[in-house]
Amino acid sequence: MADTHAHAHGHNDHADHGHHPTGWRRWMYSTNHKDIGTLYLVLAIVASFVGVGFSMMMRLELAEPGLQFIRDQHFYNVLLTAHGLIMVFFVVMPALIGGFGNWFIPLMIGCPDMAFPRMNNISFWLTAVGLILVATSTVIGGGAGTGWTVYPPLSNHTFHPGMSVDFAILSLHVAGAASILGAINFITTIVNMRAPGMTFHRMPLFIWSMLVTAFLLLLALPVLAGALTMLLTDRNFGTAFFEPSGGGDPIFWQHLFWFFGHPEVYIMIIPAFGIVSQVVSTFSKKPVFGYLGMAYAMVSIGFVGFVVWAHHMFTVGFNVETRAYFIIATMIIAVPTGIKIFSWLATMWGGSIEFKTPMLYAMGFIFLFVVGGVTGVTLSNAPVDMAFHDTYFVIAHFHYVLSIAAMYAIFTGMYYWLPKMSGRMYNEKLGQWQFWITFVGVNVLFFPQHFLGMAGMPRRIADYPDAFAGWNMVSSGGAVISLVGALLFFYILWDTLRNGAKAPANPWGVGANTLEWTVDSPAPFHTHEVLPVITAEPAGSHH
Amino acid sequence: MATQAQKTHPYHLSEPSALPLFGSIAVLVTAVGAVVFMHTGFYLGLVAGFVLLILMFIAWWRLVISEANNGVDHTEVVKTGLRIGMLLFIASEVMFFFAFFWGWFHSSLPILNNVAGMWPNNDIEPMGASGIPMVNTLILLTSSVTVTVAHHALVEGDRKTATNWTGITAVLGVIFLIIQAYEYWHLVNHQFGLKDGIYPSTFYLATGFHGFHVLVGTTFLIVCYFRLRAGHFTPSAHIGFEAAAWYWHFVDVVWLFLYINVYWWGSSAFGHLKPLVQ
Repeated sequence: MADTHAHAHGHNDHADHGHHPTGWRRWMYSTNHKDIGTLYLVLAIVASFVGVGFSMMMRLELAEPGLQFIRDQHFYNVLLTAHGLIMVFFVVMPALIGGFGNWFIPLMIGCPDMAFPRMNNISFWLTAVGLILVATSTVIGGGAGTGWTVYPPLSNHTFHPGMSVDFAILSLHVAGAASILGAINFITTIVNMRAPGMTFHRMPLFIWSMLVTAFLLLLALPVLAGALTMLLTDRNFGTAFFEPSGGGDPIFWQHLFWFFGHPEVYIMIIPAFGIVSQVVSTFSKKPVFGYLGMAYAMVSIGFVGFVVWAHHMFTVGFNVETRAYFIIATMIIAVPTGIKIFSWLATMWGGSIEFKTPMLYAMGFIFLFVVGGVTGVTLSNAPVDMAFHDTYFVIAHFHYVLSIAAMYAIFTGMYYWLPKMSGRMYNEKLGQWQFWITFVGVNVLFFPQHFLGMAGMPRRIADYPDAFAGWNMVSSGGAVISLVGALLFFYILWDTLRNGAKAPANPWGVGANTLEWTVDSPAPFHTHEVLPVITAEPAGSHH
Repeated sequence: MATQAQKTHPYHLSEPSALPLFGSIAVLVTAVGAVVFMHTGFYLGLVAGFVLLILMFIAWWRLVISEANNGVDHTEVVKTGLRIGMLLFIASEVMFFFAFFWGWFHSSLPILNNVAGMWPNNDIEPMGASGIPMVNTLILLTSSVTVTVAHHALVEGDRKTATNWTGITAVLGVIFLIIQAYEYWHLVNHQFGLKDGIYPSTFYLATGFHGFHVLVGTTFLIVCYFRLRAGHFTPSAHIGFEAAAWYWHFVDVVWLFLYINVYWWGSSAFGHLKPLVQ
């Protein structure tokens, strides 16, 4: 983690040189990385109401066997599709990358703004357009009941003749274009605009995580764009990419989708690695253990993430050699991931740990990510996966890593950086309550789904045999507890903005040694206009 | 934002702009217009979206050009950033074509194929490598040379030569597009249409997206031609030209892959389970 001895004087000298945009233009026309970051966070919160609302409808439907209030099972499929697309593309990505990335890349590398501020703005507005389009797909044309994976033949013209799938396809196209532009902006900023003296090996780990994530976005999303284009022309212009009657192959869609989709899951979790590294270091009051190992673990996870895609497709009929390769390649990812887990533990070891809410969330993240990681190694084994494919075991696995571990990283970042973003402190007592309620809630919600999956309950069904009733009721109860936690978070957010005590520039003490803590709270409209100079050796090499 | 007199860093902070919001609304109109067009045939929404998008692009790049020419905003550091940005954009474009080449190989390689050992499917007569595609290959390769001649002239301060050779490159791009349009017209009428199965699907989308990129690259070169005439570029400051040249080389390389794999190998019997029916 970089820099402990920045010459951080004079940062705010220019905070008042006037003619800042004001009123609605400030937000609609923004070219300011902090305002755009805030817009992304607001968009993620708005989208989360829809995405979480849909998941609550599903859990209430599944609380007991039989159909409760969902009459048309296609509608259940629409709910789960919209839930997946919204949570992935319009909650987790905008919050972790658009929100925290925009806010803190310039602040932490010591430059005044992003490389391409206008392009930054269109990235945000295109994401908003994507959200409008995906919402439209749920209400016009009967809804897309394809799952977020949009597999043909279910997604083709025969089974989804309405407008919905086309709206969903264009939503992903637009959100993807937004992400590619954002990735170009992030990489250019990090490569070209680091403060004097901040070498790559002095960058905070959050910056490393953003750099790796941006490369994954840049290289994975165009492949999705190609796949979506082919699906669109198959549906509307008579091409045969995924159409066996014309010599095409639905399995080809799965290859393209997962060639994008597997990097995509790392796009959602690598930013979390970055945030958790900052927070664990800050509240252990120690530099991160094994800084270089941590940085290059993310790089190698990103790299290997591009060559493991077919482990999502073990049941399509690969030969043994293909399965053997994808098993081994997938298991190899456990090595850099293990480096990260043990380095976080070693960072805490012997540290003077303060259990503030962000630290609780970071430790919660590590626990949840280990649980989801272990079931990931289980699923990477093709023979095991043949049995678990499309069961609730898979649901439990990816909700542990993505839904709750990635959400935990969002909570970690919100509590950690809220004082910097808003200038106010959250209520520590309420924050800790919110952590424990959520921790109990999500584990009661998702842990029993392992049992359901091992017992054979398939995913994507609105009704199920009575044998699965018990754990489903427990799981739905956990969903209600989690909802209470989520609502309490929104209360805490409102309470902080309204009543929070004024935050000092650095509320976290000596452990918080990255550049964002050298500027005032809230961070002034423009920061680092006098570039800070970094002179410290990278932490970790001199301790 | 600090005025230039106060500026204490080499970066370019843009003023607030309505263009991103305007452009995003244009994208929304285009997307909704496209869905409506595909389901009802009503095309005016789609056309309106495209018109708005083109207006946005024109306004946006006029703004960028004015910033490039004001002598203040585009410092050396900013120029490096623009170069990195263009390279990354081209990298993302490469991955877009990667998907279509994947489709091509997934369908055509016997070990993967799904077309009963026949390539092309359904006894389609494939597009051969000689004739039209050979001519187009020569045109694009020549255009890569002419754009390099222009670049060298520009670096050496010979603006007139640079202008002329940039114009010649753009003309070659236009000729390529005319010939490709003729090729498509001929194919549709005599050999295969878009709806005739997997070979036409991969053929038309891969070569069609390439053709669209030639159109974009040619437009970029035409803009550079007029900017050269207007004296916007100097031997040391010509990022716009550099980006156009890089983009042109990228389009050229994609074409070479298309020519070798789709036109030449795709029309030969080599590597397929069954000799072609000619």
